[in-house]
Amino acid sequence: MLDTLMLSRIQFATNISFHILFPTITIALCWFLFYFKIRFDLSQDPIWMRAYRFWVKIFALTFALGVVSGITMSFQFGTNWPGFMEKVGNIAGPLLGYEVLTAFFLEATFLGIMLFGLTRVPSKVHTFAAFMVAVGTSLSAFWILSLNSWMHTPTGFEMRDGVAFPTDWLAIIFNPSFPYRLSHMLLASGITASFFIIGISSYRLLRGDNKRAPKLTLKISLLVAAVLTPLQVFVGDLHGLNTLEHQPQKIAAMEGVWHTQKGAPLLLFAIPDEAQKTNHFEVAIPNMASLILTHDLQGEIKGLNEFEGEHPPVKPVFFAFRIMVGMGMLMIAVAWLGCFYLFKRGTLPNWLLKVTVAMSFSGWIATLAGWYVTEIGRQPYLVSGVLTVKEAGTDIASTNVAISLTLYVITYVVLMAAYLHTIFNMARRAVEIEEITDAEDNRLNPENLNIKEPANA
Amino acid sequence: MLDQSLLAIIFVALMGLSILLYAILDGYDLGVGMLIPLDDDAQSDTMIASIGPFWDANETWMVLAVGLMLIAFPAAHSMVLKALYLPAVLLLIGLIMRGVAFDFRAKAVFSHKPTWNKVFKFGSLIASLSQGYMLGLYIMAFEQTWQAYAFACLSALGVAAAYSFIGACWLVMKTEHQLQQRAISWAKKTGVISFIGILLVSLVNLGLDATIFAKWFSWPNGLWLLPLPIICGLLFCFAFVSLQRLTIHPTLACWHPFMATVGIFSLSFFALGFSFFPDIVPGKLTIWQAVAAPESLSFLFWGAIVVIPTILLYTAFSYRVFWGKVQDLKYY
Repeated sequence: MLDTLMLSRIQFATNISFHILFPTITIALCWFLFYFKIRFDLSQDPIWMRAYRFWVKIFALTFALGVVSGITMSFQFGTNWPGFMEKVGNIAGPLLGYEVLTAFFLEATFLGIMLFGLTRVPSKVHTFAAFMVAVGTSLSAFWILSLNSWMHTPTGFEMRDGVAFPTDWLAIIFNPSFPYRLSHMLLASGITASFFIIGISSYRLLRGDNKRAPKLTLKISLLVAAVLTPLQVFVGDLHGLNTLEHQPQKIAAMEGVWHTQKGAPLLLFAIPDEAQKTNHFEVAIPNMASLILTHDLQGEIKGLNEFEGEHPPVKPVFFAFRIMVGMGMLMIAVAWLGCFYLFKRGTLPNWLLKVTVAMSFSGWIATLAGWYVTEIGRQPYLVSGVLTVKEAGTDIASTNVAISLTLYVITYVVLMAAYLHTIFNMARRAVEIEEITDAEDNRLNPENLNIKEPANA
Repeated sequence: MLDQSLLAIIFVALMGLSILLYAILDGYDLGVGMLIPLDDDAQSDTMIASIGPFWDANETWMVLAVGLMLIAFPAAHSMVLKALYLPAVLLLIGLIMRGVAFDFRAKAVFSHKPTWNKVFKFGSLIASLSQGYMLGLYIMAFEQTWQAYAFACLSALGVAAAYSFIGACWLVMKTEHQLQQRAISWAKKTGVISFIGILLVSLVNLGLDATIFAKWFSWPNGLWLLPLPIICGLLFCFAFVSLQRLTIHPTLACWHPFMATVGIFSLSFFALGFSFFPDIVPGKLTIWQAVAAPESLSFLFWGAIVVIPTILLYTAFSYRVFWGKVQDLKYY
């Protein structure tokens, strides 16, 4: 049987992997919704309202999954990782506290008005509620990524009797890797949400939906994806340079560099071998890694040999990095190709629609792979140089963790199946609904609803 | 920077406030969840519509309460949640079930709806029972005896009954006609059980612990505290009288029973808090021993005094938006 520490690690990894999927969509999706609603307010064109109405339902479902899976994590800090709070709680605590105070309540409260208040408040107040939800989710990302980045590049504290005490809160919040990690994550969310909207819109078109709304959402999300994907490469590069500066052992694992070398090659493929400290089946572009990372063909890259016993497991970091980059490249290609067809023919060919449906959740794969690179890349530390994962572990009985892990896994599998089933089901039902006539559009206009319609009609 | 012992008081008060708000707010929506009648689809819809815009924000008070304990009293957080590990996991699974069922039931293909209704009801029940069980074990200072477990089970039923009571009173306030009458009869039944539950928990609490007994019955403390149980009893009477009147005049001050339950919850919570203060883990750890570094708490404190009133303000706004009897809940 696995020990408590290993089970706790698996449990936390499972929880956070499941959880991250939903905020990754909602952080950006609510900005899309806010945009749809604003456009409706400005133009009164019902098509924007239709786009809003369809996507707000999917947003609500995704948001709910994010909320419930997020709550489980706040319990685990104390139960499974008491060492974390004992040693760095003085810093992690307030950051988590500010997240709850400034972000959670904001999004949860205005969500009620955003989802159900359209007929109860003036349209502008409703738009404001949608804006507040969007601000809340982004603020939430701000605080969580601040804490997470601090764990990678801790600053602004001093150690007294083995416990971290804050000395400079600005330095803690805006720690060296935070700006890069935050922008990388926000862009990841933008891209994930775009591909999600592209995929589901394409799915509706493929099922014979002739309405204007899915064509509109497809167009907007394709444009957003086409802009954000290359931007992500740029930000990702900056993030990589920052990592090289602060966590060179992570870069060495990502690039599979076993020994410090000048003019390191870029490995397109290889199988790292930790026992022999070498790579097999290398497919490489000479000097390219040095060029990318140091902007110099002969630049020196520190190898794993300099971090004996202090570097992360190489294989998962190495492969996860390639999956993330590969998925990113594929997404750039599809987004640009889609835009090309959109401008040339006004529509996408069927084969490309099928490709985009298949890629509805490609953002999830890239994001998860990215998170594994950065989180496994921090091993064996939980807080770089301050606290190892092992030191943070709990002493509760492994049976208890085994039971909780089993329960979580079952719950998550059922939820994921129900989620995917429901999303595509909603898309199919949207196809079957007839185009709303103009008369009905007027009726559904919230301004009219407010005045004319009796509440229970 | 503020003084550490003052910060301990401030943060335990904030934690108390969020636990109380959680018990009232999520209490009524968990209660409504448990009361979902599986025989009447329209009534289930109305009931769920009555809590739809609020449940998410209600639940956030628990996140804040647990968060504050984690931040301000990390040693207590770890000790409490380690002792309550499995019931806490059950609580979370229950909350997950009802949280997602709420959304899935509205979106699932038609035939799946009854299933999600059951998940919603069952999830609410599990969450309430496990909260009561955790409270019971906490009161018993996490003793591992059969008496402690028996008391925890009793407390589980008590909390589930109390949540159903406040949930039923919420429905009396928010619904009309047949459903309102049904809610009145639910409120009466669960009210009686809650009354017995509170009485039993208080007696056991007093009987088991000499220091708590002394706190309540020493002179002059006892005199100051005497109004507490008396007002609590009066509130129960008031709730029953107004429920009785509502069966005949369903529109007359339908918010009275709910306000009475809010009063009962607040007084019971205050009594419980008073019994244990200044311990944060009964008999093991006081707030002074468990409090975190003043550097951290000061930083959070200044934010909290700005943000918490703001939260209360926009929460009030949201309740005002959805004021009055329930209307159909539709995603527009």
